[in-house]
Amino acid sequence: MAEAHPVGFRWVMKARECGAVIVNVDPHYARTSAVSDIHVPIRAGSDIAFLGGLIRYIIATGSYFREYVVNYTNAATIINEDFRDTEDLHGYFSGFDPETGTYDRDSWRYEGERSAAQAGEREHSTQAFSDRTGAGMETEDMRSDPTLEHPRCVFQILKRHYERYTPEMVERVCGIPPELFRKVADTLIANSGRERTTMLTYAVGWTQHSTGVQTIRAGAIVQLLLGNIGRPGGGIMAMRGHATIQGSSDIPTLYDLLPGYLPMPRAREGHLSLEDYCTTGGSKRGWWSHFDIYAISLLKAWFGDAATVENDYGFASLPKISGNHSQFPTMLRMLDGGIDGMFVLGQNPAVGTMHAGLMRRALAKLKWLVVRDLADIETSRFWKDSPEVLSGELRTEEIETEVFLMPCAGHVEKEGSFTNTQRLVQWRDKALEPPGDSRSELHFFYHLIRRIKAHYAGSTEPRDWPIRNLAWDYPVHGPHQEPSAEAVLKEINGFEIASGRPVNSFADLRNDGSTACGCWIYAGVYGDGVNQARRREPGNVTDPEGGDVSPEWGWAWPSNRRILYNRASADPQGRPWSERKKYIWWDEEQGQWTGYDVPDFPREKRPDYVAPHDASGMDAISGSDPFIMMTDGRAWLYSPTGLLDGPLPTHYEPIESPVKNALYPDVGANPAAITWKRGENPLNPMESGAYPVIVSTFRLTEHHTTGPMSRNLPWLAELQPELYAEIDPMLAADRGIEDGGWMVIATERGEVEARAMVTRRVGPLRIDGQFVHQISVPWHWGTYTTSEQGVTGDSMNDLIVLSGDPNTSIEDKTFSCQVRAGRRDGESTQELASVRDADIDASADHDAEVPDKVFHTPQSGHQPPPESR
Amino acid sequence: MSDAPTEVAVHRSGQPPGRLGFFTDTTVCIGCKSCEVACKQWNDLPADGYTFGKGRRSLDHTGSLSSSSWRHVHFVEIAAPHEPDREAARAALGAGAGGQLPNIPATGALAAVREDVDLLAMADGAALPEAEIDRWLFDSDVCKHCTNAGCLDACPTGALIRTEFETVIVQPDICNGCGYCVPSCPFGVIDRDPYDGRAAKCTLCYDRLQDGLEPACAKACPTDSIQFGPYEELVERAKGRVTELHARGLETAYLYGAGDEGADQLAGGLGAFFLLTEPPERFGLPAQADSPIQANMPAATAAGLAAGVTAAAAAVVSLVFAHRRARR
Repeated sequence: MAEAHPVGFRWVMKARECGAVIVNVDPHYARTSAVSDIHVPIRAGSDIAFLGGLIRYIIATGSYFREYVVNYTNAATIINEDFRDTEDLHGYFSGFDPETGTYDRDSWRYEGERSAAQAGEREHSTQAFSDRTGAGMETEDMRSDPTLEHPRCVFQILKRHYERYTPEMVERVCGIPPELFRKVADTLIANSGRERTTMLTYAVGWTQHSTGVQTIRAGAIVQLLLGNIGRPGGGIMAMRGHATIQGSSDIPTLYDLLPGYLPMPRAREGHLSLEDYCTTGGSKRGWWSHFDIYAISLLKAWFGDAATVENDYGFASLPKISGNHSQFPTMLRMLDGGIDGMFVLGQNPAVGTMHAGLMRRALAKLKWLVVRDLADIETSRFWKDSPEVLSGELRTEEIETEVFLMPCAGHVEKEGSFTNTQRLVQWRDKALEPPGDSRSELHFFYHLIRRIKAHYAGSTEPRDWPIRNLAWDYPVHGPHQEPSAEAVLKEINGFEIASGRPVNSFADLRNDGSTACGCWIYAGVYGDGVNQARRREPGNVTDPEGGDVSPEWGWAWPSNRRILYNRASADPQGRPWSERKKYIWWDEEQGQWTGYDVPDFPREKRPDYVAPHDASGMDAISGSDPFIMMTDGRAWLYSPTGLLDGPLPTHYEPIESPVKNALYPDVGANPAAITWKRGENPLNPMESGAYPVIVSTFRLTEHHTTGPMSRNLPWLAELQPELYAEIDPMLAADRGIEDGGWMVIATERGEVEARAMVTRRVGPLRIDGQFVHQISVPWHWGTYTTSEQGVTGDSMNDLIVLSGDPNTSIEDKTFSCQVRAGRRDGESTQELASVRDADIDASADHDAEVPDKVFHTPQSGHQPPPESR
Repeated sequence: MSDAPTEVAVHRSGQPPGRLGFFTDTTVCIGCKSCEVACKQWNDLPADGYTFGKGRRSLDHTGSLSSSSWRHVHFVEIAAPHEPDREAARAALGAGAGGQLPNIPATGALAAVREDVDLLAMADGAALPEAEIDRWLFDSDVCKHCTNAGCLDACPTGALIRTEFETVIVQPDICNGCGYCVPSCPFGVIDRDPYDGRAAKCTLCYDRLQDGLEPACAKACPTDSIQFGPYEELVERAKGRVTELHARGLETAYLYGAGDEGADQLAGGLGAFFLLTEPPERFGLPAQADSPIQANMPAATAAGLAAGVTAAAAAVVSLVFAHRRARR
């Protein structure tokens, strides 16, 4: 975090000054390790084994926060008797289909629970986001055992699942000595409970794996067992890759979500009425019972007066998804000639996306490409000097792609907001006019859509209805007709249509078409007609009575709540767990919840309220159930729905790993991972031993992502001038690689050359008594710089196979490679030219997007035992 | 040695603003180098070059302070003591491991056993491949703005002056590039610009100070490792910090360039001083330092005394330093 988020790390250093113990788990010894109390070197890609070890240790030593676990998690809930664990089925959960590499998840459910929607309707490759909160579950007949003794209760299943994740097993899998592991576990336990809390922070070191989502889940289980969620100083903080990544999930750039985590409607559901959408997307119980309010208000924001109750508020005209349209399958469709044009904004896929050589080849199949960036980047000039052009595989004169490079305004040259890690929305004003023709994204899209609307104004085609009726009237100002970003924020906030008055909360929104709201979770950001995100009042931060909450510094969704699920900061009776960790509590005299933050709970719901058996909506959430977004009001140690690769995190090896899976030798990698198996996406053959070295990529303080904002700048370029690899002295000596000299890193996808940094910061680990070697390589370099004083280098992403976590389609950034001394022969990706697949019919559904065809068992050859079916 | 500044401060108007300085606390530095970049941006300094590996095996590719790098972050890597375990090393390598790692085979021409490499010896501890590094320390180095400024004492043109803030700056329009200041700096800070020959170094952002702004590096530092302020206040704060660190068990913490008195003073006291946790040499800082002219003054005034007396005085000085080191 000191390395990639140095400014945010200021607060970690402040915490350290206040006595916090900082533990850093990282394959290599980084700048963060240097200022941490404990550094834990770990084999890249083995995080679930480490976290599973912590879960086992916490349970085995009786160190879990029992009152929290029993009352606030689903530990006591009884699971369907058909469920079989990975421990029963040699690494597979029940329901696995080896033909498709997917799970039938029916056996994972709560006992007595029925799904509101029919099986299959919610279970395409893109499952509704709300599945992850249990929306649609009918939980009236659920059973639980608060003694946690029932053999099929979640707690006992959890305990059995992690039984073999002993400190000794952690050493065998992760290379972490048992005494160091125990020191970390004891530190976490000593700093959790009524009086203390522990926070986990992570970044792409956890997410970018074929088991990424399950790794975060494992962290969540640790935190829930220790009672560290919904309490001050607790939680799991996602450090984002760059500014407002959180914001681009909330108001998404993701293909399967609409604003506010409403699921994208799916074409294959067959029934496409708004009512059906609200039924399957929402829930009878818990907060998602308000689903229709948010969906209708969103449609009113988009289609204005044209959205009426008679036409389902224009719902039928929303685009529908028919499969996995995430980046990788989209690029594969493009490679096969199935996509005409693309907009690229704030991204540089020719360097930054996995298997970048494949991405560049795909770009060459486009008819047109719009790139908006500060300057020319590798993506906008792939046709000129990419490795594929230099090697002769692509010929510039044969590439038909018309490229439009549009200069964009920098972040100080435009107004807008950033939403960061803890959902804090912060407004930034424009400091400078952008130079020349540079314009903001808001300007670009406002005027683009304005022109498109003008073009279609006379159309009578029904399909053009959404274009003609899109509400698109934002005030503009200045010589370039810049739209008002605050007007957009006001629409996101939501307003009463009749009066135009901004709503103060999503509680003000209605399902009768009288309100409009661009993103319900942001309702209140423009409360009282004031841009609340623009506030910069820290308040008296030294006030012991909650001064450090600083509620007037920016604005946090939802409802300016700084800690989600903060009802959990009080005990079931509504009293603070301790004076030291006091945050939200029940005030009996006033008959309401109160405290330092906005309570994340119905304000007047008594802690002793017990939900009647047949209650619906928020009435179905008892006064002691803090997790109000979940259908059962509980945090999920065990996830009965919403995840495609298992209800509990399980250690699987990376898709390419030179290490055998010590826990589940029959399986190896995540059996449900996506690998898009085709000729030009070859996996390293692991049996041959040709790729014996583990490699993982990381970021440097001095560079930003693919480098256009840093490699072109002399002051940053001189600080990190060349791509390098951290390699341990033993491996370097074995391969004749010298410190500061050149080395080549090779996979089936290509070869890159880097300077060798021979260092003990990435020392070999001992696994099963044997040395295992891993190298660490930053990935900020690409082949082009705008400046004579800039720097270039090979892109590490040329080496990485396209693969995906089944839940998110995010790749595995830990993989295997071979290393040798010297420089590469020829261009980085030319070997791949000979194994290209032939073009296929791209007009139909593309194989890369169809769930049954993209999943398969990596390193296949091991069929699951028959009883797993 | 004199405790007073060697030069009368230049006061532009009214009351003297008093001495301003830097307190660089290495215990909270995270090595992000934003001070280097902020300095270059504010002072419009060029890059020094794009050479990989000036600081071998570390992340430091700029290497040292120069005429165009007025802040520089040292990366100091310290290994943990290693207990050789020949049997474990042999087991971990597997049988017959000389010159080839049996569990991570090379392919093709690389597969040949390298006769010149004894991996067992490496695994056994000779090259410490397995040892966890113990500490990695970062220290943002800068001009010390000495009380007894060697550069200023040596400057024949008056280009180097002490400002109203009791900082030391080069006036580029007066500097004639003679370079006398370069060997006169006991810290190796000041340097000549390779293009025009003139001397250049940190100004403690003299232009910003005149406008009441803190220096760019201190402003950019995310962890307050670089603190700026009135010198006396900084020294007091720094002493408090040392006491606090001692109480926390970090007994090696000490101040370099502040808090010492009399003969212990480095160059009469440093306007930019440091909190260190290792001997100064580890950070590339001298254990003793003074302006050469100041250092020679006792000898000059004692001209005619017997050489033996001088030697005795030198011995006393050595004892004093030994004493100071022992206190740390």
